[in-house]
Formats: sequence, C-alpha cells, structure tokens
Amino acid sequence: MGRKIKNREEFADFKGAAFKNFVEHGARVLICSGTGCMANGAMDVYNVFLELKINVKFKNTEKDIALVKTGCRGFCENGVLVDIVDDGVTYVKVKKEDVAEIVESHLKNGQIVQRLLYHDPKTDSRVEKNKDINFYAKQKRTSLANCGHIDPESIGEYIFVGGYESLWDVLSKTPDEVCKTVSESGLRGRGGGGFPTGRKWEFVKNAEGKKKYVICNGDEGDPGAFMDRSIMEGDPHKLIEGMITAAYAVGADEGYIYVRAEYPLAVKRLRVAVKQAEEIGVLGVNIFGSDFSFKIKVKEGAGAFVCGEETALMASIEGERGMPKSKPPFPANKGLFGKPTLINNVETYSNVPLIMKNGAQWFRKLGSPKNPGTKTFALTGEINNSGLIEVPMGMTLREIVFDIGGGIRNGKKFKAVQIGGPSGGCLTEEHLDLPLEYETLIEVGAMVGSGGLVVLNEDTCMVEIARFFMHFTQNESCGKCVLCREGTKNMLKILEKIVEGKAQLSDLDLLEELALAVKDGSLCGLGKTAPNPVLSTLRYFRDEYLAHIIDKRCPAGVCSALKMIEIDEQLCKGCSKCARLCPVGAISGEIKKTYKIDQTKCIKCGACLTACPFKAIKEV
Amino acid sequence: MDKKACDKILYIDDKPFAIGNEKNLLEVIRNAGYDLPTFCYRSDLSVYGACRMCVVEIEGRGVQASCTVPPEPGMKVTINTEKTRRIRRMVIKLLLANHSKDCTTCSKSGECDLQEAASRLGITDIPFECEEKKHPLDTGNPAVIRDPNKCILCGACVRTCREIQGKSVLDFVYRGSNTIVSPAFKKNLDEVNCTFCGQCVAVCPTGALRIRSELDNFWKMVLDKNKKVVVQVAPAVRVAFGEAFGIKPGKNLIGMITAALRKVGVDKVFDTTFAADLTIMEEATEFVNMLKSKKDFPLLTSCCPAWVRHVEQKYPQFISHLSTCRSPQQMFGAVAKELLSKEYGIRREEICVVSVMPCTAKKSEARRKEFSVNSDPDVDVVLTTQELIKMVKAGNINFSALEPQEMDSPFGVFSGAGVIFGASGGVAEAALRTAYKLVTGEALGEIEIKPLRGLKSFKEFAVNIKGEVISVAVVNTLSQASKLLEDIAAHKVHYHLVEVMACPGGCIAGAGQPYSIDRMAIREGRLKGLYQDDVDSRIRVSYENEEVQKLYDKWLQNPNSEIAHQFLHTHYHNRKRITGEDIGLFRKGSEVLPKTTVCVCVGTSCYVHGSYDFIEAIMAKIRAEGLEDAVMVKATFCLQQCGHGPNIKIDDQIISHATVDRVSEIFDRYIRVKYKK
Repeated sequence: MGRKIKNREEFADFKGAAFKNFVEHGARVLICSGTGCMANGAMDVYNVFLELKINVKFKNTEKDIALVKTGCRGFCENGVLVDIVDDGVTYVKVKKEDVAEIVESHLKNGQIVQRLLYHDPKTDSRVEKNKDINFYAKQKRTSLANCGHIDPESIGEYIFVGGYESLWDVLSKTPDEVCKTVSESGLRGRGGGGFPTGRKWEFVKNAEGKKKYVICNGDEGDPGAFMDRSIMEGDPHKLIEGMITAAYAVGADEGYIYVRAEYPLAVKRLRVAVKQAEEIGVLGVNIFGSDFSFKIKVKEGAGAFVCGEETALMASIEGERGMPKSKPPFPANKGLFGKPTLINNVETYSNVPLIMKNGAQWFRKLGSPKNPGTKTFALTGEINNSGLIEVPMGMTLREIVFDIGGGIRNGKKFKAVQIGGPSGGCLTEEHLDLPLEYETLIEVGAMVGSGGLVVLNEDTCMVEIARFFMHFTQNESCGKCVLCREGTKNMLKILEKIVEGKAQLSDLDLLEELALAVKDGSLCGLGKTAPNPVLSTLRYFRDEYLAHIIDKRCPAGVCSALKMIEIDEQLCKGCSKCARLCPVGAISGEIKKTYKIDQTKCIKCGACLTACPFKAIKEV
Repeated sequence: MDKKACDKILYIDDKPFAIGNEKNLLEVIRNAGYDLPTFCYRSDLSVYGACRMCVVEIEGRGVQASCTVPPEPGMKVTINTEKTRRIRRMVIKLLLANHSKDCTTCSKSGECDLQEAASRLGITDIPFECEEKKHPLDTGNPAVIRDPNKCILCGACVRTCREIQGKSVLDFVYRGSNTIVSPAFKKNLDEVNCTFCGQCVAVCPTGALRIRSELDNFWKMVLDKNKKVVVQVAPAVRVAFGEAFGIKPGKNLIGMITAALRKVGVDKVFDTTFAADLTIMEEATEFVNMLKSKKDFPLLTSCCPAWVRHVEQKYPQFISHLSTCRSPQQMFGAVAKELLSKEYGIRREEICVVSVMPCTAKKSEARRKEFSVNSDPDVDVVLTTQELIKMVKAGNINFSALEPQEMDSPFGVFSGAGVIFGASGGVAEAALRTAYKLVTGEALGEIEIKPLRGLKSFKEFAVNIKGEVISVAVVNTLSQASKLLEDIAAHKVHYHLVEVMACPGGCIAGAGQPYSIDRMAIREGRLKGLYQDDVDSRIRVSYENEEVQKLYDKWLQNPNSEIAHQFLHTHYHNRKRITGEDIGLFRKGSEVLPKTTVCVCVGTSCYVHGSYDFIEAIMAKIRAEGLEDAVMVKATFCLQQCGHGPNIKIDDQIISHATVDRVSEIFDRYIRVKYKK
C-alpha cells in the first residue's frame, strides 16, 4: 500500500486485490469484537481460534479458515458471537472453552454445535440459521450493514463490500447536486432533533467564507446508548465516506471527529481508518486525483455529557471549557473557530454513502413518508433480547419490544419504555402501536433523541426512574445558566424527598412549576430537555407520585425508604432469631411471645426476612 | 411611515419601536423604556446569556433571552408573559436558595443586583431547601476579597478579566452546581498574575468580589489623638463621588469632600493633583533627558500600579522602559511624611497618610516594600471612592448640608494638567505640556491635545519638538497595552512615550468608583467633569505650580536630582514566575548534616521532558546513599528555562537537561561533594 489512488482503474485494481485477499483467505469465521463481546472475552475466544485453526481445512475442502475480528453485531446480550459465514450460522455466548468443539465439530466436519445456537424463548427451540433469529428478522440493517461483517481495521474489506464507491459519483457532481440528493432523500439528523440534513448542508454551503469545517459529533453520552459507538468501532470508513461527501458538498477542507475518550476502541479504529484512507488517497490532498482536498482529525473529548451539545462541542475542540453558547449565531454561519461549520452526528453521516450509492428514492422507500430511512436504537432494560437494533422509521414500539426484543424478561408485564435518554420521556402501554417518528414522539412528550430505548417492567418505580435521570443530568450540567444548574439540582432534591416519603403535595406543585421553568428558560437544548423525565412521568404516572406522597407507599415496591417490614402475629413463635440477627437492634420481644419491629430503627436490610424459620416476617 | 422606516420596526407589547444601532434585542427593549433586569449582561463584554433574567417571548420563536437575540424588523416581542414571569421569579428563588444569607451585613447591601431584583419581583420566600456554600474566602491580598459563597456565576468577572484586561486570571472550574469562579489551581489572587486592577469587582453584581475595606483602620487613625491624619484626594474621585448622593457624574465635589473630611476630624486635606504636578516635573525631565541621550524609547508611564504590575508579570523585558517616577500617590506619601514630620516636629510614624483613590490597585501599591521607610509605609491607609462615601455616611454627616471648603496649603495647589491625570491620555497630555516647555523654553501652542482625549482604548499623537517628531501612544485596558507592547517588541510600531492606564477610560472608571450597571454614560460624564476642571484651573501647566517650584527651591533642588531620586523615584521587580509553595516530596530533619535542597521543575515542558522520572531516580539515589536526612527534594513550577528541560535547582544553582541518565553524575557533582568525609 502507500500508493494513492488517482483514477477509477486504480480503484478497481485495489478492489480486485481486496477481493482476492478476501476469497483466498478462506472460509470466514467472524468473532464479534465490539465492546460488549470484548468484555465477555472475545479476545480469548479469538486467540484460541487462532491456535486451533492452524492446518484446519473448512469441512474437508481446500478452504483455509479466515478469522476476522469485526465490530459490534448488536446482539450484545448473547456475546461472544461467532459467525460461520459460509453456513449462515451464528453461535452465541461462546466461551474460550467452547472453541475446540466448534473447530472440531463444525469447521472440520460440518456438524453444527447445537448447544451454542441461539435459544428462542418463544418457540423453545434452537435457531440454526442466523437470519431466522427473531432479533434480526424484523430489523433493516443499512447503516449497520457492515458492522459485524467486515474487519473495521481493513480499508480493503470496506472497499470490497462497496465502500468509497459513491465518492466517484459525488466528485463528478456539483456540490449543489450533492446537497440536492441529500435533501431529496429526506434524511433528518439522527442526533435527536431530526433537522433536515439536506437543508443544514445548504446553509453551510451558502454561508460566506473560504474556510469551512465539517464536524462529526461522536460524543454519545446518554447512559445506555451505544449506537454511534458501534458504527465508529464497527464501520469507521462509512462514517468517513459520509464526511468526505459532506465536506465536498459544503466546501470544507478540514474536519473533526469528536469522540469521547471513554470509547478507546472507537478512537483507535477511527485513527487507523483515517490513516488508511490517507494512505490510499481517499483523504488528504487531491482526493481520488480530483481538485478536492479534505483532512480529518480525530479529537478526543474528556467525557462531559454537555459536549454533545454542538456549541459546547466546538468550544471543546477550540480548547475552551465545554459550555454551550446561545444560538444564533448558528454553527452554519459562525461555528468552529468562528468559521461556517457543518455538524452532524455519526449515524447521519453513515447514512450518506447509502443515499449517494442507491439514490434518494431508495432511501425514501425505507421508513415512513415524513421520516424516511432507518434508525438505530440501543434496546436495553427488562427485555429478552437486548442489543443494538436498526429499524425502519415508523415501526411501532410493539414490534420493537415484542418481536425484535422478544418480549419482557421472566414473563413480567410491560410497563413503559424510556426513550431518548436523560432528555427523553416515557411511553406507556397506550403508545405501543404508535409509529416511532420525530413528530409523534414529541407530541406524547418524548423524543427519538439519540436512540436509547430502556424497557421497563411492572417492578419499576417511575418516580425512581425520574430521579435516576435527574441525578445524571444535574451531575452533567455545565453550570452556565441558572435554570439548568440550580434547577436540576432542586428538582433532584424534591424527587429524593418523594422517594424517601418525606414530600408533601405542595412539593409536587413546586416540582412541576420548576420543571416548566427549566424547560422554557434554559440556555441550551440539554437544559431545555432536562425536565423531560419528570414531566413525562408526571403526565403518565402521576398516581405513582401521589402514592409516594400521600400514602407513603411505592407501588412497585422499589423505594426502600417506603418499605415496611412487619412480623405476622399469627405466625411468629417468639424464637428470637430475628432479634439476634438484626444489625441495628430494631426487633425486640420476649421468648415465646410475638416479637415487634421498631420502624423508626429499621433500616430495611431484610436480614430478618430471610432468616425467619416460620416465614412470619413480611415486607408490606 | 415610509417603507424604509417600516423595515426597521419591531413590536414590543404590540407597540412599534424603531431599531437603531442596538447590538441586541435587550438594548432595544431598554431604549424603549423597559427596565429589564440582568445579572450577566454588560454592554462592553461579550454576550453570555446565562442568567436568563432578560427572557421575553418572541412570536414564532418562543422564550428567548433578549440579550442573545439580534433585533430583527417585524419581530413581535412580549415582555411579561406567564412563562417569562415564572422564569424570572424562579431564577431568583433558585439563586437565593444557595446564596449566602448575610445580606444585612454584606458590604454590597443596597447596591446588590440580586437583592434588588428579588425585591422588585416580590420574592418573599424561598420554597427550596436552602444550602449555604462554604467555600473559603480569598483574603490574601490588600485590594480585593473574593467570596465564592456570594457568587451567582454570571461570568462578568471572567469575561472582564479576559476580554478587557487580557489576563484571564479568573475562570470557571468544576461542573454543574459545583461550578465556582477561581484562579488557576484554586490559588489565591496574590499568588497568580492578578494586577488588582479590580475591574472584576466593578462588574460583580453581588458581593462575591469586593473591595477590601480599610475604613476601620481609617477611623482608628482619626480617633487616635497621637496621630496627625493627612488626607490626599485623587483627581478622579471628585467627579464620581456625588453619584452616591444622586448628583450627576462629572460634578466636581472636591470642596464638599474636603469639608466632610475635616468634619470627621482629619488634620489636613491635600490634593494628589499637587503630586501629579510633581510627577510631571520628574517624568517630563526624565523624558527630556532620554531625548538628549538618545536612549532606547519608548518611555512607559508608571502612574498606574496595575499596569506596572502587569509589566512586571508579563513583560519583564520592558521593566527598563518604565519611568522610574513613583506614582502621584506615592510621591505625595513620601513628601508628606518627610516634610510634615519636620514641620510638626514629630516622628514620621506619627503622621498617618490616607489617600482617597478611585482605584483598588493603589491599595496594593501602597504595600510595596519600596514605599516604606523602616517598615513605616509612606501611605498608611488607602480608601476608595466607595469607602469615602461609606465613611461620610458612617460619620453621620448630612452631605447635602455641607458647605464647600478650600484645601490646605501647600499641597492643595494644583494645575489643570494634574487634574486630567484621572483620564486616559491625561498623563501624556500633561507631560507633553511640560516637556515641550523644558526643551523649547516656550509653552505648547495648543495646550489641549484633543487627539489624546476620550474613552477610546487606543489613541496616538505626534508633536514636533525642536525639529524632532515625538510620537505618543495612549492606551487603556491591559489587553490593549499588551497588544501595543507586542507590536513594539516586534518593531511594528515605534513611540517615544507610551501612557497606559489599566481601567477602560482611565482612573475615572477605576474599580474603587461607585458601582453602576450603565457604565458607558457615567464614564462620559466623569471625563467631561475632569476636562472642565482643567479649563477652570488658574494654572494649566505643571511647571507653573508655584508650590511645586518652592518644593524644588527649598528641598528637592532640581527634577531628577539625587534627592529627588531618593524620594520620588523607585525600581521594579520581575514577577514572571507564579508564586506559591513548592511541594515537599522528601523531607526529614537533621541537625547534624548541612542541608541541600533539590527543586525539580514539574511544569508542563519539564514534565514532558521527563522530570517525574528524574524525581524518582534522584530520590532513590539519595536513599541509597543514606542522605535522606540531609537532602530535601521538592517539586517546583517553572524555572523559566523551558527550552532546556528538565530543569532542576540544587540550592541556588539551576541545572538544565537534567535527564534521568544524568542522576549519578549530577548527584556526584552537586550533592556528594558537600558530604565527603
């Protein structure tokens, strides 16, 4: 390598070489090396494979075994995932001890290892072909198409599967035409707001100034969200291809990928990808032999949630404290270092090469009329199949939770979905058939946000959920504007009072008034949406708040301060075991008479509960 | 209304208002007769938009902070809506919930913007759980007290220090509700590059940054029968003092001030302006001598202590260009103590010199070691205009009933040239008036040098003195001063004389002057007052001040004479290094062995070059040699040899390139030799 590609012939040669490499390497065995699988021991599995595959021919043919570390496949709960591509088989929850059996049985002799296949709880059967796994069946993986299927650290593999192909077309068009295609596709910002991407590009293209920047916002900070992370780790070149297209369209010559330092694997793979792209002339001076030049820097953020807000992000790149600024001026006119700047998130850019390659109309056929395309979600919580999913926009919550997600874990009842992270809101049973679109969600007090989907079951206390998110937001407030800085802190204090059973009805009014003031009055988007978890739970679960405040009772039985442990007079035999075990001396009584718990001393540790030989102690 | 005018109309509460040159909607609203409160907006600083007090509803755009919105024709703005009222009231309640509760004893009480807004919006209870912050106060310097517990994080000080002064002494640290404003590394102001200009104090809406009051000491001196209390009043004080009593800025109240001071019992009231004339005689002579000897120009003025400190901190290479003349405050102190002690026949210590200044940096200047004789300071107490106002009130004086009085002789006589010292450009103008006379023997034709006047931060002027074109630059604010010095250093510009004042517009806008939000108009007023006083003066050039002449005749001989140097001139120090404690790493007491101290720089550059490795290696070596009782190892910051790191200092000797492989060699050469049996 090292030679820069200057024309289509050279590109075809490069692709041919990649193809040869791809095929001659042998039967592909993919080891998912996304962060989840890595944590489950993907590297150990890989190393054992590496050792055992030597001299093994695939199913007694001439084919060698080609071992590939890939990015995230999304089915994280079932990691480590191992794919035998030629047979379309996916093994789940593979441990390093299992590798020998896979090699011996499947790779050598073609016998599928049944016990390592995915077990579908609905049908109570093992699923042989990965396309039949319910988790994947209803998904439409386009921006995630390569994730988990190619080696993210090989530009050859990316080009082999069609990568950087669209750039030839882009470079032959005018910037106006490129913007027009994006506009026609109807692509909307996947970072949460859903602003029409094409229009944003037009703004930057039309902004005055010679120097312009393109920024990719990879500062994914929502708890439980890992969509962008998976793309950056699993298919970094697609993101780069999208950015190059954007830079060409708006007339920028310099770009930044702003990624959290907490994503070290993403940082590493992005740096590798940028270097590889520079080596073959995809990035740098005179891209693909054209007049167009563009370079990308990977910039690590220090992990402040607020730096996901675009003006704070730009301040951070500039070396300033990451605090949002008022808009206008918008980044399109006065952004990074005061220059016109295009800023989109990872998923948005990753959709661009697909649009350029397949056309705007193809994109519009995915999803719904006002919300074309697909959206990735991080599906987590009390659900059977948690992981990373990509679905056409407009899919209903029911399909996501019950088909893809496989329903609620342990046969529990569905209660709600928290969507959009700390800035989002809750959807309940009544919203199960609501199509997931930007507008519909806003109407019911939630938002697509960056795409976190936390499924909650009947055992969840909604007040506690609001408290959890408020705790997060107040910790992550930048401290600039009064309403967010002091407002989130005081909302948290009130929520804490409620879950501790110390609140009065007037506190609820105050909470609501404060939430509205913070929503209307905060400086940046993060502040304006910080009260959403409160407002949304108040809207749909006010009775739970009232139960905490008036009855001093947590309906879900979660809030420990509101639990009471009591001794059943009928069942107690007066053995004194509980009194001896109680760490705070809250239980007293006489032998062979009923014992009593002093509720003012009880810390609800539950030691007595499990110890009572007569099951006389209960939580009420 | 014609179409063009129509294009520049917006609607506030359904009434049309013309858009003029306003930078933002807030200014349009204020010009339209609304008094929308703000904490963070200052017209001369960048827009911050954080306090959310100036929110309005704009049709189609919802709630917006009006300071952040550019005015657009056709905009429909509503000031008071359910939402904006709720937000304003909520902001106050939230701020009060964790604000210090000692309003009644706060020095800002009565002038506090937070207090006023709370009262205006009728906030009578705080529904939130109150939580008082408990940050330590920064009281380590003579000028400014920093009290983070009263800070509402409006950022005005941060922006002032960065944008006006170019110093960035203060910035935000920590996140969310833990955010505070602080100098780097949580150091105190006296340990960092603060000049005590106090402009942060002048913009603080609460008592979080306040002037360190010396009033208690003043009263002690006044009430002490054994002390003769002599007061000097600076020029800029007289045109701002009245603002506290509802009198328009610019009105010269020196007669009333004199009367008030006498009424509380001070012995003599003099004018710093007299000392300003003395300064001009010295400085103009210094300048003329430079012209004669063709010395390196420019001559930098030295009247402003914040500016002097700035040069010492940031541009020590320019120290030799600073005029050696003491400031008028310090000239006055030195002369008064010397002459009046003789006149009264008492000891120097029994005279108490009080100065009334528009300035916080003067408090710091008076504490400089150079300005005391046997630990007796030339100036004992420095009061700001604000403290003078408080003194008059605390002294139970009915100010409006006072009759103006004349100042005492001899230091009450002054020229108009001395008066304009209070304005940016005034020192240069006064100096030129005298320098021209000294060189040519004739008076300057046009005595008023208009190009050097006004609030602009940069002004210049050239005058032909005996065939030589003398160029003068006048700057105010330290950011402008830094820019000019950089240009001079880069030989982009050349000037003979450079006058610098740290405050925007000069001393009239000093941090000791009465607090006000609407600062631009007030500065204009004060400025006018000073120049009017010049016009009204009997004499307008310093060399005609007969009392100054008598001083030379009787005592000082000539300007720049040896005795003049002793009393009227000074010297400066390089303060480039951040002060503060070294960090002891390795230390045990030993009475037997001689001590050696090894300081290893852990500044960024040396750290990058491996100074941490050196620390570990040298400590291991010392332990191995059994000398841990004798050798002290410390981590220190910046030995100013950054290009040659890692740098270490063994006792007083700096050793560069102290890399880890040289540990044994360095140890043998500099440490072992001391302990050879």
